[in-house]
Amino acid sequence: MSKKYEKILIPVIAIILGILLGCIILIISGQDVGALFNGLVKSATGFDFSKPSSGLNLRYPGEFLVSSMPIILTGLAIGFAYRCGMFNIGAEGQVIVGSLASCMVAILVPMPPVVGVIVCLFAGGLAGALWAFIPGILKCRFNISEVVTGIMLNYTALYGANYFLKGLPESTTTRTVDIPANASLSSEFLSSITNHSRLHWGFILVIICVIAYWFIIEKTSFGYSLRATGFNKEGARYAGIKVNKSTILSIMISGFFAGLAGAVILQGTFGYGRVMSAAENYGFDGISVALVGGCNAIGILLSGLLFGLLKVTQPLLQTSGIPKEIGDIISSSIVFFVAIQYAIKYVLTKIELRKGKAQSKKAGDVQ
Amino acid sequence: MEYAVEMLNITKEFPGIKANDNVTLQVEKGSIHALLGENGAGKSTLMSILFGLYQPTSGIIKINGNEVTINDPNDANRLGIGMVHQHFKLVDCFTVTENIILGKEPLTKYKTVDLKETSKKILELSKQYGLDVDPYSKIEDITVGMQQRVEILKMLYRNADILIFDEPTAVLTPNEIEELIEIMRNLKKEGKTIILITHKLKEIKEVADKCTVLRRGRYIGTVDVASTSEKEMAEMMVGREVDFTVEKPEIEVGEKVLEVKDLWVKNSRDLDAVKGMSFSVAKGEIVGIAGIDGNGQTDLVYALTGLSKVEKGEILFKGKNITNLTVKEKLNCGIGHVPEDRHKHGLILDFKLKENMIIHEYDGKFSNNGILQFSKIDEYTDRLIDEFDVRSGQGKETITRSMSGGNQQKAIIAREIDRSPELLIVVQPTRGLDVGAIEYIHKRIVAERNKGKAVLLVSFELDEILSLSDRIIVMYNGGITGVVKASDTDEKQLGLMMAGQKVEGVSNHE
Repeated sequence: MSKKYEKILIPVIAIILGILLGCIILIISGQDVGALFNGLVKSATGFDFSKPSSGLNLRYPGEFLVSSMPIILTGLAIGFAYRCGMFNIGAEGQVIVGSLASCMVAILVPMPPVVGVIVCLFAGGLAGALWAFIPGILKCRFNISEVVTGIMLNYTALYGANYFLKGLPESTTTRTVDIPANASLSSEFLSSITNHSRLHWGFILVIICVIAYWFIIEKTSFGYSLRATGFNKEGARYAGIKVNKSTILSIMISGFFAGLAGAVILQGTFGYGRVMSAAENYGFDGISVALVGGCNAIGILLSGLLFGLLKVTQPLLQTSGIPKEIGDIISSSIVFFVAIQYAIKYVLTKIELRKGKAQSKKAGDVQ
Repeated sequence: MEYAVEMLNITKEFPGIKANDNVTLQVEKGSIHALLGENGAGKSTLMSILFGLYQPTSGIIKINGNEVTINDPNDANRLGIGMVHQHFKLVDCFTVTENIILGKEPLTKYKTVDLKETSKKILELSKQYGLDVDPYSKIEDITVGMQQRVEILKMLYRNADILIFDEPTAVLTPNEIEELIEIMRNLKKEGKTIILITHKLKEIKEVADKCTVLRRGRYIGTVDVASTSEKEMAEMMVGREVDFTVEKPEIEVGEKVLEVKDLWVKNSRDLDAVKGMSFSVAKGEIVGIAGIDGNGQTDLVYALTGLSKVEKGEILFKGKNITNLTVKEKLNCGIGHVPEDRHKHGLILDFKLKENMIIHEYDGKFSNNGILQFSKIDEYTDRLIDEFDVRSGQGKETITRSMSGGNQQKAIIAREIDRSPELLIVVQPTRGLDVGAIEYIHKRIVAERNKGKAVLLVSFELDEILSLSDRIIVMYNGGITGVVKASDTDEKQLGLMMAGQKVEGVSNHE
């Protein structure tokens, strides 16, 4: 079987198996399977099978896109580092500092429209990149695993950010003031065409990022050196590629994507800084997205949309009596099935072999 | 005649290729049977089928006259079939005994592992077959030759009667090879049946009774070794007349390109690996570095190419001091490097062939403002594929991992030679390659010399060193035991120096 075919087939099989598993659990626990599919379709398109007469409610697809944007960005973050042989589990923390930086700049620095949006996004990305620099440099200088330092920095980011957010002028114990309109991604227009959803301009940024990701990795000599390092460090060293430099740069770019995700959440989805008691797992969702998307740009875009859909469907399911955990079960079993892709591959080859055998038997009969 | 192993009309198809096409192998009980063929001839596939790693598409296997199906290596073990793999499967920090019983540990009455009794048993077995293995030593403390004997003991301990040796001499020194041949004779005397996979004709001639030849997955024939010459077997293997000699015209040696002065290098375990070496390579000559694997050759090359730090001493390139330049700077000076390990260093296996071809120049002539110029890359790769006859499934788009070893090596040679470096450092250029590829690569290396380039050749194969080099430097334990002209020496003399002995009348410096 060709590699390319397999690359697409395996995630698709994993997704089908994941949803199937969700259905089985629903059936066993005596719930309505139809409600699950109705929920998914409703979230994606706004069409409700139980009330076909009410037509499309575009608020649902609007919210669906809103929930997909940050995890596509964190998916790009994880994927980028991974292509260079790094596991940036610290993306979670980079999202948080990205959010914080964009919030602080937005509230503290008065800026004209458009410029404000861009400067704040950039601040978020930069903060994420700098936060990612720490595990990067520790890895290169002292060979300390980026996984350990990354996880620890996630906590530092969470509690550190809370301290600074509460310290901003007029903040309460749970949130900051609204950021000025000049720094906000939200849009009256987008909201109005989607029946008052929170849909915002962030999707343009996401599209730019997906294209940039593809372009850097596949088309530039810089991306070439990163991929070489990711596939074979020693081979890259032999060719004279500066492996340490590649490693640090790749995790910083990864951090930039994660920081942007944080900025998009702040400037688009909420519009104010939130003091959080626990992390929201955008970074960890990014791991799933990158894994299922095979770390390539289009794959991450599609799997980001899928996970966003599952996420946004959860509250809908709850209203029809299905526990929201069923969504979590489906998304985690999809990841599970992708992770055991060798098993899937094994089954696929077995099937192919059997087909081959049957064919040769037939040929034998003819002889 | 009684056969221990009969593999009748075996065909094994993989998607797109027939690895074995109607192959028949009949091995007489108590004999040593060689299986000869180039890389990709289907030897390993056939043996993997016998060992239960693959299932044949069609064909019959009989062991001691009974038809059997072998679904996995456990089945093979039950039938008395054992295999000594080319890469040993041993746990380094375990003792010999622990390794041998691993997976099938005998217990004392207190349910602890019974090391004492088994060690005794292993010692006895070892004596019986003249293996001379100490059951209490740790694997990491014994030589490669000894480790191989542990693998043999492992099979004997499990009562294997049919022993498969997969290229057993590839990792051994000349001396160890002789000992192994003696061991194989002992095994035969004790009634064991041996299948020997190899492409070294000399060894077959010395030890085997019968020889079955495969070519491109097909059965060519089985011959009686005693009445067949090496040349005849080689021709059966390759399918045409073979010429082992390399044409090398006399040419004028020019000025020195590489000069190494009192070079000291440490290895990855922080021990001195190269201890004060001095030598030079001039235009128009091939200098061969002979020696047994592990005597500092690898670290010497790492230091020359910038992969390792130089502790002390100087490296001069055309008179310029390049001792501490980076890898890239050294490459750019005009050094080409065909590395020892093509999988670790030479290639990024998951890259496409064309991506591997530009690994030195990806940010040079193949990119424009940081953007890769794919039309240029395609054109360049097509030219090299054509010129160096690199064969692969999908041409320049092939993922390098899926190419055969010989073609991977040709790709590296093509890339390095095409850069036209003034100094070409080639390490083990033909390891594991078949006769055809070896012939070709040797020709290309000599052609570089004839063009007036300096070539430093490091090889563990004495034949290769002798047939290519103009001068030979023998390395032992990080130093030089002798410098000789290739025309003034022979295998025997080099063998002595490789073992660390000084030879009278041979100087150990230039």
